[in-house]
Amino acid sequence: MTADKVIFLLCAALILGSALMVVLTRKLIHAALWLVSVLFGVAVLYALLQAGFLAVVQVVIYIGAIAVLFIFAVMLTRRELLDRGPQTRSNWWIAAILALLILGGLVFLILGQPEAGRSAAAIPATVDTLRNLGMALVSPSAYVLPFEVASVLLLAALVGAVYIAGIGKK
Amino acid sequence: MTNWIIWLLPLPPLLSFFLIILFTNKNRPLSHGIAVGAAGLSWLGSMIVFVRALGTEEFGKHVFGSAINWLPTGTSWLTVGVRIDPLSAAVVFFVAWTVLMIFIYSIGYHNFGQPAGDHDIKGLPPHGATVADDHGHKHSVPSIEPMYARFFAFISLFAFGMYTLVVSDNLLTLFVGWEIMGLCSYLLIGFWYGKKSARDAAVKAFMTTRVGDVFMLLGIAFLYSATGSLSYNVIFDPGVLQTLASRPAFLGLSAAGVIGLLLFIGTIGKSAQWPLHIWLPDAMEGPTPVSAMIHAATMVSAGVYMVIRMFPLLSLDAHTLTFVAFIGSFTALFAATIAVAQNDIKKVLAYSTISQLGFMIAALGTGAYVAAAFHLVTHAFFKALLFLGSGSVIHGMEHGVLHTGEHVDAQDMFNMGGLRRKMPITFWTFLIGGFALSGFPVLTAGFWSKDEIFAEAFGTGHLLVFIVLAIAAFLTAFYTMRQITLTFFGEPRTKAAEHASETPWTMTVPLIVLAVFAVGYGWVGMPGWFTGGLIPNWFHEFVGGTLSQPPETLPFLGVPVATSLFVALGGLLFGWLVYRKVESAEKDFLQIPLLKNKYYFDEVYAFLFVKPAYWISETFSSVFMDRKVIDGFLHSVARFSLFLGNAFRNYFDKPFINGLIGDGTGAAVKASGSGLRKIQAGRIQYYMVVSIAILVIFALLVYFLRA
Amino acid sequence: MSIPLSWYLILAAVLFCIGLYGVLARKNAIAILLGVELMLNAVNINLVAFWRYLDPAQMGGQVFAVIVLAVAAAEVAVGLALIISVYRRRKTLVADEIDLMKW
Repeated sequence: MTADKVIFLLCAALILGSALMVVLTRKLIHAALWLVSVLFGVAVLYALLQAGFLAVVQVVIYIGAIAVLFIFAVMLTRRELLDRGPQTRSNWWIAAILALLILGGLVFLILGQPEAGRSAAAIPATVDTLRNLGMALVSPSAYVLPFEVASVLLLAALVGAVYIAGIGKK
Repeated sequence: MTNWIIWLLPLPPLLSFFLIILFTNKNRPLSHGIAVGAAGLSWLGSMIVFVRALGTEEFGKHVFGSAINWLPTGTSWLTVGVRIDPLSAAVVFFVAWTVLMIFIYSIGYHNFGQPAGDHDIKGLPPHGATVADDHGHKHSVPSIEPMYARFFAFISLFAFGMYTLVVSDNLLTLFVGWEIMGLCSYLLIGFWYGKKSARDAAVKAFMTTRVGDVFMLLGIAFLYSATGSLSYNVIFDPGVLQTLASRPAFLGLSAAGVIGLLLFIGTIGKSAQWPLHIWLPDAMEGPTPVSAMIHAATMVSAGVYMVIRMFPLLSLDAHTLTFVAFIGSFTALFAATIAVAQNDIKKVLAYSTISQLGFMIAALGTGAYVAAAFHLVTHAFFKALLFLGSGSVIHGMEHGVLHTGEHVDAQDMFNMGGLRRKMPITFWTFLIGGFALSGFPVLTAGFWSKDEIFAEAFGTGHLLVFIVLAIAAFLTAFYTMRQITLTFFGEPRTKAAEHASETPWTMTVPLIVLAVFAVGYGWVGMPGWFTGGLIPNWFHEFVGGTLSQPPETLPFLGVPVATSLFVALGGLLFGWLVYRKVESAEKDFLQIPLLKNKYYFDEVYAFLFVKPAYWISETFSSVFMDRKVIDGFLHSVARFSLFLGNAFRNYFDKPFINGLIGDGTGAAVKASGSGLRKIQAGRIQYYMVVSIAILVIFALLVYFLRA
Repeated sequence: MSIPLSWYLILAAVLFCIGLYGVLARKNAIAILLGVELMLNAVNINLVAFWRYLDPAQMGGQVFAVIVLAVAAAEVAVGLALIISVYRRRKTLVADEIDLMKW
């Protein structure tokens, strides 16, 4: 049992436990806060996977922006629904069965793969992953087009969000 | 070049009609500007053509004209074209002048420049407007015609019809122009359609002329089937005329005779000859410019023009000519006798017109081609003058009526008197027109044209015609003088007459211009014996050249000249002596019922034709034929169809088509739809659950089936 | 790095299924979006794990993780805007009640 395995298991416990709380807790504001916990665990995982940039981005954007956005949304809408009554639909058990079935199928498939048990080789010292990532994002021979499309999409989404949120405002 | 002008002659009034109707009808000055401008353009073109015709040597043999192929008729073409020969040049001359003058006159007649009426409505003559002067005194003045632009549009269309008729080189376009004028006559007689009398008069005029037109169309059709052409060039070819004359038709008449008779019946209708004369007096319901233009100068003249034009054809059969002479001379006398007993200033002129048209027809019947044409032209000028003069008198009287508030008939001559001092220009021009109509010796145009008719009738041995026309001419002079005396001389018999006033310059200028022609135009037709051969009878030479064999000039005959002098001067003197003293209608010895009621022709026609027509349409056609026979047949057809339809409906359509195919499909779709719509719940999570469940099921299936 | 790849994959699968359950079972529209976020994170874990375990020199995995992040941000922005707009009009956040567009 190496140290990274311990860290991984602790992280996994944090992620899964928090994720369960996200879907099970009655209070929506709590669910949003539990999501922050999940996202934080995922960020640790990224660090564990030596994707430091993504770990930082995860914290800054996911926790700093998206999760906060959720909390705002919850607060803006909480007057009506609040957390009265059941928070799950009446046929939640079908959802549970489906989720478990898919989980079973996925685990079955993963364990059935011969490569699934492999370990990761150390990253050679000559490879600068952060630099590579930056180059890949802006290199015309790599991913500049998806990157730019994603940024246009983001811009459009922001404009759209501002517009849509304004609809119906008195 | 000249031919182009001739083609374009009728166009300006047509354009004017459409412009006014479509665009400018709200703008009065623009509307009458367009109409008068168009008439002026046509006038200018006519004058150019006329002058060129004068400058052409032996014009009768070198006429202007061109034709185009219009309608293909099997192997040949129906051609239409224009033609100005001496006859139509003379006609287009007076048409251009009278039309232009009457257009200008209409501006004043319809009170242009006056305020809108207090309670004038469209379809009724203007009733006058109340205005206050600087001192606050209110008084009534004439008000502008409510449908001012409409009038100018109609008379423009009319002018188009007249020009078309005159410049045509064939009977087809002549007939087109003829019918356009008939329509305009209807529209303009019924111009004040708010009056029942005007509506009735319009319908009467239209229906009566229609009788003549149907016969005319038959004649045209016969002519076309006999010669294969309607063009004057073809049908007046000596060979073709010979064929027509030798071809027997029926009733012992030759084809030429039958065609001539049928065409002549068209003239009887259009030129209001007995027995179809009844519409013209009633047509006086229209505005006076209309009476002057349509019912005196141009349209009724067109009927005479047509028979003069067809003279080569008519003259082929002696029976036809005799018939023409009979109708003409009878009408001349008959209408003159009615005219002496009329009190309405316009009615007198209406019967006078019928009578004078009878003169022309009678002249033509005696073979006096040139005399008929000559009288046609002179009559157009002086009768237009007289009508416009009477309109001016009525206008002045209406002014008096409005001023005094006295309710008298502004058209009744017994309400007038003494107007010579109030309306001097109208008086002098009317006097000239009246003397021309009476045939006042030497000076006036009417004398020369009538004298020529007398001379021809006498010289060719038609003594009966001569005597009848002489009596008619005497009566003409008599009733003309009666009219002048009652209207202008003596003392005013009503307050309205005392306060009558002269009309504006737009009305008096045309009077003066026409008066010049009423005098001067006669001089172009002075016979050679009068001028001592210094000036040959120019009109005779000119118009006579139209015929392939120009008629001979008659030598001097003492009897007709003496007769002509006697009847004109005698009639005038007698009229003056009798009516100088008459003060009211009761003292007038001619107010006898037979004449007042126009020999009861209207009543007789109502009994003979109108009532039977109503009876046939109401009792026979409507009740028996239409409701019983035709409706019965139609009903049985309908019942059978209904039965058939019911059978199809109940035994085929309903069970099979509707039940099985229609409703069955519908029901199946509906059932499946209502079953499937439960899936479409609108709940997003429900969709996701279903889709993921299906995904899972398929994944399992694929996995296990592959294994 | 002695952790087997399968650990990451199974963790991601479990996280994905938890998110899926949240999406299918929760009534609140915001909670559904929370579930979607969980699923997206599961995907991202997979992407980064495959990058690390297969060929760290190829940056495809990380790049797509970044793009997923951007798309997630866009999705949340638009999604929440829609939810707030609907909430203003209908005074509800229950996804099943937002059914104006059904038949």
